[in-house]
Formats: sequence, C-alpha cells, structure tokens
Amino acid sequence: MSSFLFKVIESTRAAALSVKAHGFRSFLTTLGIIIGVTSVIAVVSVMQGLSGSITKQFDGMGTNVLNINSFTPKKERLQGQRAKLNYRDFLEIKYKVSGISNITPTVMAMGANAVAQYKGESTTTQVTGTGSSYQMLYGVYPEQGRFFNLSDDKSRRRVAVLGPSLIDKLEIKGEVLGQYLMIGGEWFKIIGVLEKRGKIFGFDQDDYILLPYSTTHALLGGAEEPDIMISMQVDDALQIDAIKQHISNLLRRNHNLVDDQGDDFKITTAEQMLETVNNITSTTTLVLSGVVGISLLVGGIGIMNIMLVSVTERTREIGIQKALGATRVDILLQFLIEAIFLCLIGGLIGLALGYGAGALVSHLVDLPAATVPGWAIALSLGFSAGVGIVFGIIPAAKAANLDPIDALRYE
Amino acid sequence: MPNLATEVSSSLGTTKQSKNEVIIALNKIAKRYEMGGEAFYALNHLDLKIYKNDYLAIIGPSGSGKSTLMNLLGCLDYPTSGEYVLKDKNVALMDESELAGIRNLEIGFIFQSFNLLPRATALQNVMQPLIYRGIGLKERKRQAEQTLTRVGLKDRMHHIPNQLSGGQRQRVAIARALVTNPSILLADEPTGNLDSSTTAEIMELFDELHRDGQTLIVVTHEQEIAARCHRVIRLNDGELVSDTFNNTVVSGKSEVVYV
Ligand SMILES: Nc1ncnc2c1ncn2[C@@H]1O[C@H](COP(=O)(O)OP(=O)(O)OP(=O)(O)O)[C@@H](O)[C@H]1O
Ligand SMILES: [Mg+2]
Repeated sequence: MSSFLFKVIESTRAAALSVKAHGFRSFLTTLGIIIGVTSVIAVVSVMQGLSGSITKQFDGMGTNVLNINSFTPKKERLQGQRAKLNYRDFLEIKYKVSGISNITPTVMAMGANAVAQYKGESTTTQVTGTGSSYQMLYGVYPEQGRFFNLSDDKSRRRVAVLGPSLIDKLEIKGEVLGQYLMIGGEWFKIIGVLEKRGKIFGFDQDDYILLPYSTTHALLGGAEEPDIMISMQVDDALQIDAIKQHISNLLRRNHNLVDDQGDDFKITTAEQMLETVNNITSTTTLVLSGVVGISLLVGGIGIMNIMLVSVTERTREIGIQKALGATRVDILLQFLIEAIFLCLIGGLIGLALGYGAGALVSHLVDLPAATVPGWAIALSLGFSAGVGIVFGIIPAAKAANLDPIDALRYE
Repeated sequence: MPNLATEVSSSLGTTKQSKNEVIIALNKIAKRYEMGGEAFYALNHLDLKIYKNDYLAIIGPSGSGKSTLMNLLGCLDYPTSGEYVLKDKNVALMDESELAGIRNLEIGFIFQSFNLLPRATALQNVMQPLIYRGIGLKERKRQAEQTLTRVGLKDRMHHIPNQLSGGQRQRVAIARALVTNPSILLADEPTGNLDSSTTAEIMELFDELHRDGQTLIVVTHEQEIAARCHRVIRLNDGELVSDTFNNTVVSGKSEVVYV
C-alpha cells in the first residue's frame, strides 16, 4: 500500500469520526451543499422524466413525419388576414409529390371545445376530423373496436373513435361500441376506443374524439372553407429536404405567392419539434446550472467558514498531532479530506432529497415518473467534492502551517 | 561548580567509555526571544550531552529555561543558534517534515497538562503516533493495547480523557509516548498536576522504564523527584549551573551503581 493511499484512508477515518462527533454542526455546515444538490437533482429528474416521455411520444410518430400548417406572419395577422391550407392543397400534394405515404388531412371541428352529449351527460372535448391513414401515420391502436377506414371516410359515415377518457367523462356504461353520441347536433356511432396515453402537466392526453375527415368537412358546412393541417410520412429519410422543397414550391404556386413574399405555411418535421423540446430542456438545465453554481458557491463559503472555525478550535489538537509526528501533509490531508467528506455527505443527502422532491412534484402535477440520470449523479457528487477541495484548501493549509509549539501553547 | 558540565562532556566524549553511547549532544545551543525590542536569551549558549539510559532531572527556578530546553530537545521548537545532534543527525539543520519524522521516531513527549486528544479514547490516543508511521490498524491496536497494559490501564482503554483521573490520563500520555519505542522520553513536569500518591506511582513507572533501558529526561520542581533521578542538571537564567550524579562522583555512571 502506498504511503499516500494509507494517509488518505487514515484521514478519511479521522474525518468520519470528526463529522460524527459534531453531528448537528456538520449537518448545518453542509446545508448549502444539500440545498444546491437537492434543487438540481429535483429539477433535472423532473425534466428528464418529461423529455423522456415526450421523446417516446415522438418516437411513436416516427421521425420522418412531415407536418404542414398554415402560417400567418404577425403583420398580416394584425391586419386581420389569415392564411389557410385547404383540401385542394392536400390533394395537390397527395397526387403530385412522390416518395410520401399515409398523407392525412386533419381539421379541428368546432374549435377545441366541442360539446359531446350522451344520454343526458354532456362534456366539452377536442373533436378532430382526420383521414383513415391517421392510424398508420401515428401508430395509434384501438383498444376496443376499430379505427375508421377508407370507406367510412368516402361515404361520410357518422362514426366516431374516442379517447379512453371520454368513457368516464360521459359515464358510458356497458358495451361502448355501437352506442351513439351527439356531437354538434348530429348523432355519431362509436366504433372504436383508442389506447390510453396518460397525462402531461395535468393535461389529459386521452380526452378527444376523432371523426372521419369528410364527415367533419360536411358537418362544418360550406359556410367557410376550414383551415386544415396536412401530415405525411416520408418513405426515405434522406429525401426529406427534397420533398420539403417540392411541397413548398407546389404550395407557393397554389397560393400565388410571388418571389419576395414569405411562405404562408410552415413545414415541420417531428425531429424539429423534438429538437425544440430538447432545446427548452437544455436551456432550463443551463439556467439551473447557474443557480446551482451560485448555491454551491454559497455552500462552499459556508464550509470554509466552519472549517476555519474548526481549525482555530482544534489548534491545540493539531499541536498535539504535530508533537506526535504528524507532518504538514498529514494535517493538510486530514482537514482537506474532512471538507471533501462533509461536501460529499451533503451531496448524497441532496441527491436523495432531490430525487424525493422530483418524484413528489412529478406525482402531484401528473408528469411522467422522475428519473435521475447517471450524469447528474456523477456531476453533483463531483461538484460537491470539488467545492470541498476548493473551499477546504485554505483552512487545511492554515492548519498544516501551524507551528507545533505555538499550537500546543494555544489556549 | 558551573564548569562541571564541561568536565562531564570532556571525560565522556572520548571513546574509552563505549558503554555510554551519546544520544544527544548540544553545542552552544541558544534560544533568543525579542520582547519589546529587547533581546533576551531563554537559553544562553548551552552545552549538554545526554547518554543512553540516562535518568536525568532538569531543575531550576521558574523562568530559567527548562521548558524551552525540553521543547528544543523534543524538536517542537527551533534553536536560534547552535548545534543539536541527535543520534549523529544534526537536527538544527532539518526542515519541518524531517523534524516531524524525528518527533515520531525518536522522541516521546510527556506534558504537564497531559495533552491528550479530547475526543479520542485512551486506545485511540495511544494509537495516534503509530498512524504517522504508516502502521496498519490491527497492528496499531495490538501495540497500543500492549503498551496500555504495561502502564496498568488494561481496563480503561475505551475511556475518553475526561472519564479518567489525572493519574490515569498521565499514564495514557506515557503509553502514547512509549508506544513508538522512542530513543528518548521527555517529561516536562509530568507530575505537576498530580497529587503526591499519584506522583509516586508515576515515578515508580519511570523508575521501571529506566531499569528496562529507557533514556529519560524529567523537568521537575520537586526535590524528591530529582533525588530519584541519577543525574541532575540545574538551569538558571538560561545557563547550565550544575550537573551532578546522585550518590556517585562525576566520572562514574549512575547505572553502574544502581544496576
Ligand atoms: N514564546 C515566548 N516569547 C517570549 N518569551 C518566552 C517565550 N517562551 C518562553 N519565554 C521566556 O523564556 C523564559 C524561559 O521560559 P521557560 O518556559 O523555559 O521557563 P521554565 O524554566 O520552564 O519555567 P517554569 O518552571 O515556570 O515552567 C521565560 O522568561 C519566558 O518568559
Ligand atoms: Mg516550564
């Protein structure tokens, strides 16, 4: 065993005894570190759980899904103009763009708060009209019954597929399939219930009704052409940019846009959305790191302060140790390791508290389960140890440099 | 008889008495303090030789420099000038970490105020100097237990200092000084805080250590203690004013008489 390793082990033993001897004070000393690590782990664990579940949702979608929405620049919006995508745009893309499949039009029927009624129960929910290819595109599966098919869509059948929450909201009893709902004054037959997706930020992901696109279109009447969203899958991911370009040209021509006019639509990929989400997560993490950095700094100063007091208090002990043959290095290591030890204990307590707080928060606001990634554990413990070294070195050096005879005489 | 010291060193410094190995030699050792701009010598260019198995008492009035001398001998303090040779090594030239090594390997120091680590048990106190020697936990424990048993504290090993009487504390301190098998045991008024019967016990322990071959130096104010020692030096104002061997003449050696 190398003599340095021996010294480290002995110093750690001494540090453990000393920390134990001053239990409550040690706890107060590390409070800064505990709070710092707790807050970082709590937020990171919540963020990780969240972004993990979002990533999973996007995964279901497939990363080579393209979405096209209408887009009105702010200036025009202020002038009361609104850009639109319509069914003609959909057909144009469907028949002129090659290399895509499962192209689906989606239209919001009656806004986000449509009223659905069932045997005297009534509730508001999101009613969306969409193509039968929706199922393939987003990989959703019915738990009961079936999704609507091409013929439902073509013949404008009054059929509906429900999100599972509606069964409870409308208190539908017994066999769900085959029963009728009233939406927008029309009766719809329930033909399927989709899988449960759970809640995010308290928002129920299962509170919706899907209707066939053409049925919805007819329901809305000819009063005003609705604005739709067009989604599709790109067969070859390498072709995404070319296809986006192709669609863009097509839509610009359709909408009679001239050279210096901006697009009145936006083409986004699932990957882009995922990136946006990840950007938000990492920005939050970055801001947080700053906060944590400051709290660890404050915690470190707390540690230094107490260690300096402790060195003064133990001056005589240091003198005794030196009289017994302790070298500068022995004393330096002893106090440095004591500081690191304190910080690491603070870090570990913070880790446990942070995870607990994260799990609690996730539970309370219906977020996916909090997870603590390995890097966060390594980083917070590494940081704690670093704080111990940086802020422990001055008190340790002060102790090590004490003159044995002066230290022994210290009253 | 101020020149006795020189006589001793000249008569014993020669090799003819090979039995009396010199452990410590001080040459013109001085310790100067500056107080209020005025220089004053706590030790005034002192010469002294200490031999193996010496049982030496240092006496003298308060402020005469006894503790100053002990601290120098124990490598706790630096001389202002002069030479300190400990087992053929010139200690005065050593740096801090070499001195720490000397304190650990060659010297056992016993203080008037015991100077035990307050939060450590008797056993842990005695184990402490062995840590700086790189001895593992098990062996440290074994040696410390052995030494505590030797000073009669077998059943007090797990007490912390404030659960022990003064005499017991000083025994722990003695065990701690002995556990490293030092070349020399330095005791600065070891019984100064103890009553007379405890003092007698401690002195019996010292006698025994001396019989076992230990070299001891004891600073004392008490005449009885000085009388037990085999050699007595007297300091006054930082100068060595006498150096006598009890019950014998200067040229003799104490153990010749007592063994
Ligand atoms: N750090 C110091 N600074 C200044 N003067 C000092 C210092 N240490 C000791 N002295 C002086 O040196 C002289 C010798 O002190 P020392 O402690 O050696 O005396 P002593 O013989 O041990 O006395 P006592 O029997 O009372 O213990 C004293 O006059 C003391 O005041
Ligand atoms: Mg003294």
